[in-house]
Amino acid sequence: MQRTLTQLAPQLVTLAAVVLLVWVVFPGFLDIRLVDGRLVGPVIDILKRGAPVALLATGMTLVIATRGIDLSVGTVMAICGAVAAWAIDGGFGLGGALALAIVAGLVAGLWNGTLVAIVGIQPIVATLILMTAGRGIAQLITEGRILTFTHDGFAWLGSGTLLAVPVPAVIWVLTGIAAALLMRRTALGLLVEAVGINRRAAALAGVNATVLLIAVYMASGLCAALAGIITAADIRGADANNAGLWLELDAILAVVIGGNSLLGGRFSVAASLIGAMIIQTIDTGILLAGFPSEYNLVIKAALVLVILVLQSPRFAAEWRTWRAARAEPRPAGQVQEDAP
Amino acid sequence: MTNPRLLPLYATIAIFLVACVICYAQFPYMASTRVLGNLLTDNAYLGIVAVGMTVVILSGGIDLSVGSVIAFSGVFIAVLLRDTGLHPLVVFALLLVVTTAFGAAMGGLIHVLEMPAFIVTLAGMFLARGAAYMLTIDSVPIDDPFFTMLQKAYYLMPGKGRLTLIGVVMLLSVVAGMVIAHRTRFGSSVFALGGGVQTARLMGVKVGRTTVGIYAFSGFMAGLSGIVFAIYTGSGYPLATVGTELTAIAAVVIGGAILTGGAGYVFGTLIGVLTMGLIQTYIVFDGTLSSWWTKIVIGGLLLMFIVLQKGLLRLSTARLAGGAA
Repeated sequence: MQRTLTQLAPQLVTLAAVVLLVWVVFPGFLDIRLVDGRLVGPVIDILKRGAPVALLATGMTLVIATRGIDLSVGTVMAICGAVAAWAIDGGFGLGGALALAIVAGLVAGLWNGTLVAIVGIQPIVATLILMTAGRGIAQLITEGRILTFTHDGFAWLGSGTLLAVPVPAVIWVLTGIAAALLMRRTALGLLVEAVGINRRAAALAGVNATVLLIAVYMASGLCAALAGIITAADIRGADANNAGLWLELDAILAVVIGGNSLLGGRFSVAASLIGAMIIQTIDTGILLAGFPSEYNLVIKAALVLVILVLQSPRFAAEWRTWRAARAEPRPAGQVQEDAP
Repeated sequence: MTNPRLLPLYATIAIFLVACVICYAQFPYMASTRVLGNLLTDNAYLGIVAVGMTVVILSGGIDLSVGSVIAFSGVFIAVLLRDTGLHPLVVFALLLVVTTAFGAAMGGLIHVLEMPAFIVTLAGMFLARGAAYMLTIDSVPIDDPFFTMLQKAYYLMPGKGRLTLIGVVMLLSVVAGMVIAHRTRFGSSVFALGGGVQTARLMGVKVGRTTVGIYAFSGFMAGLSGIVFAIYTGSGYPLATVGTELTAIAAVVIGGAILTGGAGYVFGTLIGVLTMGLIQTYIVFDGTLSSWWTKIVIGGLLLMFIVLQKGLLRLSTARLAGGAA
């Protein structure tokens, strides 16, 4: 527990700093009240609105840990939302709609995983195919319309509450915990990291890298399906054009803010989830602070740049050199050897 | 023995010709200079930005910021023309300086921080889109007399097809891109970088300078594309051209360039853009097909080309291995 907290320290400090900043500008930020049996307040709102990105970030973390990337998650959200809405309208019932949507997400993941692991296409291109074609497929399902539905059970998934907490928040927290436990309480996480660091070496050491890679993309598809279901349930309709639009970039950003390297290897699902919450807090905070929402992107970009500089390998090397030079002054010639 | 690297280009051209024949067989009226003129005009901005993207991809990089830069350019031009008395040409020059510097800055960051181009240009994408929002959140019309003149400038081809100014700009950009990529020292450095940074450095390529140059070129092309887009639509809108970067990447891949870098042709990109435009034109002519089929067909084409490249790559490695034995 101590170690986990130490590892998450940078992300937690960033989140705390962002929350503090918003709180200073908007003092009512931390207020939480109980109204009609449900908690309300900006913080609760962030937990609810951040659900799609948090879910996508969970799957994306695993994909990125294998040195991959999944650009198709936003589109898969749209497909799964469309499938769910179509199934509800078609009278399949809640269970049938959820099952079909989740199967759609898994099939999308299987497709991506097969292209990456068996055909051997680089992940960014392999998932680009589904990203381009996927919205067309989603529109094919909705026939170009916004499919609306009335089904209280399904809508509850998007706007209902469970023990006063919004259901989307419950779903992403549970998914995150399940993913983290599955990775850390079994050897799976270790194997994923091994494949990410060196797929060939991992395969030689007996890891079934092909199956593992496909499974990771399917996990990402599953998370995208859950996010798509929540989004569709929230607006009580499936919008093939706009559901999950550009959320893949927010999800990647969340993973990067979480301190996970895009070059694969060591990963932390919890850190990515905190990253997702940081992004959502900034989004909501900018609105609450009364800034026009057009500042949103510029502030986000500045934040990404700062994080990039802090994470860059060269910066880390320079920092170490500088620390070493301060710790024991050495002749200039020797210091030079440390430089890359 | 033909160069195996030319095969994707031949495949691209063959598919384009087959697509032309199919279109002609179904709709004989499509073989007119009017359709050709519209094809060039409608895809002018995409073609220009795809030329910049080709160079970036040849170097093994990627530039996700171009769609936002095009939107920023339109807004920049519209707002400056509305609020200041500057001549449009001065505004164009200012804009190109800004976008080139923006690209160069991203290239510099990629080199200095040793970060993947993907994430640096993602930040650039947010920044450019955000800058466009900060200028205005409305669609700003452009009603400058000189601008209207540019919009109406065209050469009447035989058969009443209009070869518009922006279509010509696109063709000239492709020629310029071909010269830069295939006939200059900078172009050779780009190909060397795409083959591998370490080997390029050992060969004496100035990696930093080339990286900055590549993204500066892409920024310049995105700015030029923004000008063309502003002329095409006659307005500046910060929400315009969302996702153009991915369409441009798709055009480059369909054009036969390999996304890992080091192999490809700028001319192929032009064919890729025209193929995508042709699909759209076909759907318009057909009238019963819905627009989402465009996306599905383009996705299918992408898959086909990538698998084709994979096969070719395997073939040439196998032959290299055979030659070494």
